[in-house]
Amino acid sequence: MNDAKANRLDEIIASHSHREGPLLPILHDVQDEFGCVDEDAKRHIAKTLNLSRAEVHGVVSFYHDYTAEKAPHPVLKLCRAEACKARGVEALVAGAEAAAAGRVEIETIYCLGLCTVGPNAMIGKDVFARLDEKKLVALIEEMA
Amino acid sequence: MAVVRISDDALAIACGANAVAAAFEKAGHVVERVSSWGMQWLEPLVEIDGKGFGPASLADVSAIIDGSSPLAIGVIAEHPWIANQQRLTFARAGKTRPTSLEDYEATGGWKGLARAKEIGAEATVEEVLASGLRGRGGAGFPTGIKWRTVAAAKGDQKYIVCNADEGDSATFADRMVMEGDPFMLIEGMAIAGFAAGATRGYIYCRSEYPHAIAKLQTAIKLSAHIVAPFVLEVRTGAGAYVCGEETSLLNSLEGKRGEVRAKPPIPALVGLFGRPTIVNNVLSLAAVPYILSEGAKSYADFGMGRSRGTMPIQIAGNVKQGGLYETAFGISLGQLVNEIGGGTASGRPLKGVQVGGPLGAYLHPEQFDIPFDYEAFSAVDALIGHGGITVFDDTADMAGMARFAMEFCAVESCGKCTPCRIGSTRGRELIDRILDRVPRDRDAVEALPQMHNAPKDERSLEDEIILLEDLCETMKFGSLCALGGFTPYPVMSALKHWPEDFGARVIEPAE
Repeated sequence: MNDAKANRLDEIIASHSHREGPLLPILHDVQDEFGCVDEDAKRHIAKTLNLSRAEVHGVVSFYHDYTAEKAPHPVLKLCRAEACKARGVEALVAGAEAAAAGRVEIETIYCLGLCTVGPNAMIGKDVFARLDEKKLVALIEEMA
Repeated sequence: MAVVRISDDALAIACGANAVAAAFEKAGHVVERVSSWGMQWLEPLVEIDGKGFGPASLADVSAIIDGSSPLAIGVIAEHPWIANQQRLTFARAGKTRPTSLEDYEATGGWKGLARAKEIGAEATVEEVLASGLRGRGGAGFPTGIKWRTVAAAKGDQKYIVCNADEGDSATFADRMVMEGDPFMLIEGMAIAGFAAGATRGYIYCRSEYPHAIAKLQTAIKLSAHIVAPFVLEVRTGAGAYVCGEETSLLNSLEGKRGEVRAKPPIPALVGLFGRPTIVNNVLSLAAVPYILSEGAKSYADFGMGRSRGTMPIQIAGNVKQGGLYETAFGISLGQLVNEIGGGTASGRPLKGVQVGGPLGAYLHPEQFDIPFDYEAFSAVDALIGHGGITVFDDTADMAGMARFAMEFCAVESCGKCTPCRIGSTRGRELIDRILDRVPRDRDAVEALPQMHNAPKDERSLEDEIILLEDLCETMKFGSLCALGGFTPYPVMSALKHWPEDFGARVIEPAE
């Protein structure tokens, strides 16, 4: 790990040092900044917070939001929970995956809380509703 | 130029509200971004002089301005869908700017907190107890009893934790409170803090709700001086559904894996960081300011039996008129789905509904006379949960939905207890075998000579169904929390009401 990264990690950890139970907020910031929480980051955080590497690894691997490696492509999260299923999201999946092939990662997410206007998707912090195949493919094309 | 009101709720934004708002501004109108009325099939809903137009797109803007738009629905507040509701928690929905302290105060805000301080901590707990308020997160435990336990507990530090990890599909009432009326939730938590002697509060909000988190952070900053010495912080979840379970949520807040804790000890006595903690759902806490300002009786006058007050019901899925419908307990499921929801969005015949999210039972139209009431639902092996209803039309494959329930449980299980961790995976395999019509062969161990009690024949499909029922029974009674414990509800209800979806040979007696 280079010094710049170590310094940035220290800054992030320090910015949460006043909190009770700061590990999740720290991991969120690390994930946002570096696109993943890799082995170096886990060891560095563990050492600074006086935790074992196993404890930090246990937390990182438990939650869907943290990833060990940076996603190679931009990520579109498609909701496939019950309400979106009832509104036909499953019929869009094959077309979306074909359009995304090798350019965009399509991840499954369970529920964005927009359950009357599905199928829904999320890109970063932006949400999109009332998707049909055309709109979904257009979103993917825009990202690719 | 008239003031144009458009919601800045995540749902409206996802439907294109920001572009519509910008177009009105460009045309010279003053645009106020308010909370959503909850008529979600009409979003983005444009309001001018109390009259509504929706769902509006960019192309409709000029017609709305010159009054010729066919999207007009008349005066919004008089629309039957709104006028027939009994809105206590959502009284401000559609009417105020979410992060405007001025709007909040002008509509009765902070009155509940003031009254609590006037009558004292003990009387505040008694007031909540007398209102009959039960936990709106799903379990339906009396909120007042929880508060009393924490108030009586000894501890140098106590906590109020708001469970805003609204992960159930077809639920969005928590999101609407946080995005549309964040001060109400803050006031509810401050009252809880005052009643129980807790000075710190956490709102644990799921990461899928970035808009809600942003609004809460703004609102907390703006109101810090009002709720002081009570200090509040928003914490963002990390994509684990199981963290909606209160003990798993507490572990997550502490920075640990979101594994469920065994109870006892209950969180009211040994909660966050081992301290006495009130863990309440968003809707429970949001109901408190009304109960305090208007009195317990005024709240308890709504409802039926032991289900007092109102329930913000969320009608979603394949439904024509979906949204947030707050009404007293006791309304029938059929009324909600057919009259208020207007049937399916696709126009096809209705097949069934799921009430209570991924852990709730599927209900058949023949059961639509059931009143919305905690006890009436549990009497038919169903649950109200967080009050979400997902509507399915006749194209739905209920066996597929049963399989999904098991798959979801397998993905989201925290892994602490065996029935949930392994049972869900075995359940999915079992449903796959049933659907593929491939009975299971005897495996190598079953074929060993010392396994003389093992069945000699390969399992028939009927045997597989019996095995599935058996597995569900084990998960229901053997799991630590509701994730593994309630996953059998959707599975068993789908099997019971739509056996044909699992294959016609189901449960036929041998000739």
